[in-house]
Amino acid sequence: MSAALARAGRVALVPALAIFSALAVGGLIIVVSDSTALRDWSSFVANPGRALSTSWDVVSGAYGALFRTSLGGRRAISETLLEATPLVLTGLSVTFAFRAGLFNIGGDGQFLAGALTSVYVGFSLDIPAALHLPLALAAGVAAGALWGGIAGVLKARTGAHEVITTIMLNFVALRLVDYALSTDVFRRTGRSDPISKQVLETARLPRFSDDLRVHAGLVLALVTAYGVWWLLFRSTTGFRVRAVGASPSAARYAGMAVGGTWVLSMLVAGGLAGLAGATTVLGVRFSLTGGFSNLGFDAIALALLGRSHPAGVVAAALLFGVLRAGATGMAAEASTPVDIIVVIQALVIVFVAAPSLIRSVYRIGAGRGTGPVAFSSSWGS
Amino acid sequence: MRVELRGITKRFPGVVANADVDLEVDGGQVLALLGENGAGKSTLMNVLFGLYEPDGGEILLDGSPVRFASPAASIAAGIGMVHQHFMLVPVFSVLENVMLGVETTTRLGGLDRRAARARLVELSAAYNLQVDPDADVEDLSVGAQQRVEILKALYRQADCLILDEPTAVLTPPEIDDLFRIITTLTESGRSVIFISHKLGEVRRIADRITVLRRGEVVGTTTPAESSEADLAALMVGREVQLVVDKSPARPGQPVLRVEGLRVLDERGVAVVDGVSFEVAAGEIVAVAGVQGNGQTELVEALAGLRAVDAGTVHLDGEDVTGLQPRRLLERGMAHVPEDRQRDGVVGAFPVRDNLVLNTFRRRPFARGLRIDRRAIRDNASRLMADFDIRAASPEVAAATLSGGNQQKVIVAREFGHADRLLIAAQPTRGLDVGSIQYIHRRIVDKRDEGAAVLLVSTELDEVLALADRVIVVFRGHIVGTVPRADATRDHLGLLMAGATA
Amino acid sequence: MTAATRAAGVLTTSQAAERRRARTIGVVFLLAAAVMGAGFGLGVEAGLDSTFGLNVRGTGAELPDLVVPSRLVAAVLAVVCAGLGGVQLARGFTRRLPAVAAVVAVCFVAAFLTWAAAGASFNLTGMLQSTLLRATPLALGACAGVLCERAGVVNIALEGMMLTAAFTGALVASAAGDQLVGVVGAVAVGGLLGLVLALLSIRYRVDQIIGGTVINIFALGLTSFLSQKVFSEYQELNSPGVLRVVRIPLLAELPVLGPVLFANNLFVYAMLLLVPLLTIGLFRTRWGLRVRAVGEHPRAADTVGIDVLQVRYRTVVLGGMVAGLAGAFFTLGSVGRFDENMTAGRGFIALAALIFGRWHPVGALAAALVFGFAESLQSKLAILSTPIPSEFLLMAPYLVTLLVVAGVVGRSRAPAADGQPYVKG
Repeated sequence: MSAALARAGRVALVPALAIFSALAVGGLIIVVSDSTALRDWSSFVANPGRALSTSWDVVSGAYGALFRTSLGGRRAISETLLEATPLVLTGLSVTFAFRAGLFNIGGDGQFLAGALTSVYVGFSLDIPAALHLPLALAAGVAAGALWGGIAGVLKARTGAHEVITTIMLNFVALRLVDYALSTDVFRRTGRSDPISKQVLETARLPRFSDDLRVHAGLVLALVTAYGVWWLLFRSTTGFRVRAVGASPSAARYAGMAVGGTWVLSMLVAGGLAGLAGATTVLGVRFSLTGGFSNLGFDAIALALLGRSHPAGVVAAALLFGVLRAGATGMAAEASTPVDIIVVIQALVIVFVAAPSLIRSVYRIGAGRGTGPVAFSSSWGS
Repeated sequence: MRVELRGITKRFPGVVANADVDLEVDGGQVLALLGENGAGKSTLMNVLFGLYEPDGGEILLDGSPVRFASPAASIAAGIGMVHQHFMLVPVFSVLENVMLGVETTTRLGGLDRRAARARLVELSAAYNLQVDPDADVEDLSVGAQQRVEILKALYRQADCLILDEPTAVLTPPEIDDLFRIITTLTESGRSVIFISHKLGEVRRIADRITVLRRGEVVGTTTPAESSEADLAALMVGREVQLVVDKSPARPGQPVLRVEGLRVLDERGVAVVDGVSFEVAAGEIVAVAGVQGNGQTELVEALAGLRAVDAGTVHLDGEDVTGLQPRRLLERGMAHVPEDRQRDGVVGAFPVRDNLVLNTFRRRPFARGLRIDRRAIRDNASRLMADFDIRAASPEVAAATLSGGNQQKVIVAREFGHADRLLIAAQPTRGLDVGSIQYIHRRIVDKRDEGAAVLLVSTELDEVLALADRVIVVFRGHIVGTVPRADATRDHLGLLMAGATA
Repeated sequence: MTAATRAAGVLTTSQAAERRRARTIGVVFLLAAAVMGAGFGLGVEAGLDSTFGLNVRGTGAELPDLVVPSRLVAAVLAVVCAGLGGVQLARGFTRRLPAVAAVVAVCFVAAFLTWAAAGASFNLTGMLQSTLLRATPLALGACAGVLCERAGVVNIALEGMMLTAAFTGALVASAAGDQLVGVVGAVAVGGLLGLVLALLSIRYRVDQIIGGTVINIFALGLTSFLSQKVFSEYQELNSPGVLRVVRIPLLAELPVLGPVLFANNLFVYAMLLLVPLLTIGLFRTRWGLRVRAVGEHPRAADTVGIDVLQVRYRTVVLGGMVAGLAGAFFTLGSVGRFDENMTAGRGFIALAALIFGRWHPVGALAAALVFGFAESLQSKLAILSTPIPSEFLLMAPYLVTLLVVAGVVGRSRAPAADGQPYVKG
């Protein structure tokens, strides 16, 4: 028992330090960009106490507002869970591809493909809820899987690097959605801006309570996380996916279809991101507007922070949910722009992806952890 | 140039690669550095070449001590090295490769190709090293690439040339060419260090021989003073007993029948052509030949890993040409791959998973989609005991195991389902003698259980120890089939060099 | 198998693939001709003319507008392409194929424009000018990528570098009251981010894709954060103005060529200078030979005494500086103000241009021109009211890149060690 705890502690050490460091650097940026604090720092020699206390006030004000808005009370927690829902799914998407040795940078495109298709099914069909909702969800998963699958097929058939293809597919999806939203099929009647028609009541994900926005998509995401864990670590499919990811040549020699596994993995990864898009339009927004969600990039942070393990991804998604939900409060109360969250997320990735950086900062010995991952090899075609 | 190493010691985490090594070679001499794979030859030479800094000892050139912090320093001092894996940029021309690092430039700062070419042409004429300066290196044959490497060293005015396993990839005529070049080099007063583990070659070319074992010098001698048997004994530390105790084969029905097989390599060149042979149940057929004569592609084609361009493969009378590896496995074929680290094990996976790498879909390891982890663990404990696999637990990653233990993992896995046919490619390459004997024993046992065994090996000793029948390949063709009784080292050697039987 | 069929069978698979490809290309030519003839030719009413304006406001020499009969021109161009397709199918252009393909592409575009401008007027010179202008940051960005990747460091951080540099350019130029100082600041910040990428990938051996992604996210977050925090409060810090157009005496007076090539701002000239300089540098100098060696086979470079890591550091920092110049274009060469996420994925198009251009500066420029053309065409087509949705033109660079990496239209080969960290020993 204690050994298991110690192991969990070791696994969590680097991520925990990474989060701490990212928040610290984020605090520094908040101070540096605050005019009052800067003024006090310019008279640091005359009055060092004031510079420090102002800085502390600024940072604690911002972070305090962040945690109050995300964790202080029932509604706050609901918002956090709401933010975490798509993050769990996109994080799982990147994780699944990671395990197959693929870098799915195309979460945004797959998300859009899923959202577009789900929204279409959601507003266009007039059928009972028992059919409508599952159908709308399934349509989103299928579209996401298709979008991811293209990259998988290109990789398997032609060796095209999935990083390049998924980036390109992101932008193709973006333009495709822009186009769709300019057509009469999608565009809301009477509107000239790109916004889709409303999803019908029958296709909406139910909420837990009338006054809270968190919806059944959360349960769906957690069940999916369990499913992905089972698939990866308890099924023959997962065995194959992980073997192909760890050593494609040994997997091939052992009779596994490497290309087929890549395609399958990208289908699953795309499907997961597509589901994230589906839950977002069917659970909160009920319509689609253009533009990237940038969830695809957050998802990379989540997969790294969660050590490419579904349980880790869920934990990391909850943390990011706190940051995202708190960001609005921080902006309102402490007038710290929400984008600081993006900076903190970027810093988290750096610190997690470069364990040697964290180790040199905190002077902890090299663990036996996994070595640096390498996705960028065999670039191009 | 006279090169001396005194008391060189080099440690890596957990291993001493070189311990107190002394070595010397005079100008005009060839020193052979003999040792098994992993004896520390390459490490020692990388120390001399400035790639590693030694933890102890000194290097003397013509009597004066030097320190090399980088290859640049070593090159400047007149050391040249031809690495086992050539250090050539494939997409560069010969000229560009030769001038890289010591570029002559015009007054405007551009590359002065004209001057460099003139020197290169001059050198290649003086030492009879024919290459086209403007050819891209990737289009050259292996032998030509080696000439480029030697020219590269000469272009840098190397006085001492290190050749690391230079014959491993050469055909016999190319080896003769290389030896002529080495003679020209020593005649011009240069010293040559020739690294090899091939006894015959070493005795043929060397003036003096230094033998390395487990990082230490175990003896220095001359070809005249020592026979191949002496050298082998020095190299491995005890009298080699490569003879495996086995009864005569009792061949049964043919299991593998190959007819008119043609296989292409990546460039579309037929590297196996018109190959036909049979392997019967209860016999070991060895495919002998110098590395690179189509063995790799032949095995890959038989194992379903490479497309068959023409011809057929039958297993127990059924046409299995072009079947996926998985289907062949189901029909009782097992395959011990040549490159065990890359193709044989998934390094990041624990030993227990590597032991079911190609059987995890079957009962009892899986029921439908669900994996039975207990069955996999039980299987691991059993096989680790049966095959004497030394690992801390079945949970440790295969990558942390020694080469011998990794190979035992593969053998344990593959032998489990080698009911009809076992294909073993270079099954003991780079292993210690203990592991070699163990694996040889297991292969013979498999034969005696009634499986057909196809052994592919470039080591004549292994071929002679195990085979009931020998097929010799040369440039993708079978140039001779020899029953074990008629197979002598000389006869096989002649065939391997391309003479027809 | 008889001896004869055996000999015939010597035809290797790669040759067969080559033939298949040649045939496919011939069919593509014919299809293009069909679209041109049936779509662009018969798609317009007979008797309509297409008018092409050749003058841009304020240039010296005036030329009359070019007026052509729409149907006839499209038909003639279609026939030319059909002919070329026929020849390709019959015997194949081998060495001259790239040139022939370029001719077909130009014919196709010309036929398309003739069709689009049927019965209307279209300013050709203006569009060429805007093509070059839009291609400039793409070409600069792609050159930055060429530098990094030739040295073996994958740079998907171009977007982030350009965005940060755009921000810095605006800030520094506004504070200093001089746009050139802003350019210097942007280049310096680009170099700094290059150093970050180099440190992450070389010292800390972070996977280069992850390192690049981090820089992209970080740049987006930080520039958005700071522009909200700082620029909203001090708007005077975000009003750098635009670098003025420098007209080259005499040359700028040439018709068509003058306004397109010789009346531009500093960024365009810098780009037009950088491309040949970089080509010569990479392929004709000691520096270039070493950079390429390090990107292709770092261990070989090491064994001949080249300091691999140092070469990589320097080249990646230099690449960052070029990306900085590309980024400064957006604020100081085009808009005159920083807006959040103003690069809007241009860094990724630059990456696409790098791959489409086969890791070569000239190829990168050509690709950037194609992409710049698509972008400017998209904005012009809106005026001509063609039935083609502009979104599909904006999609073109990405689709083309997908086809290229999939090997559908020729293959491009990355430097062999691109993306792989080098560990000594």
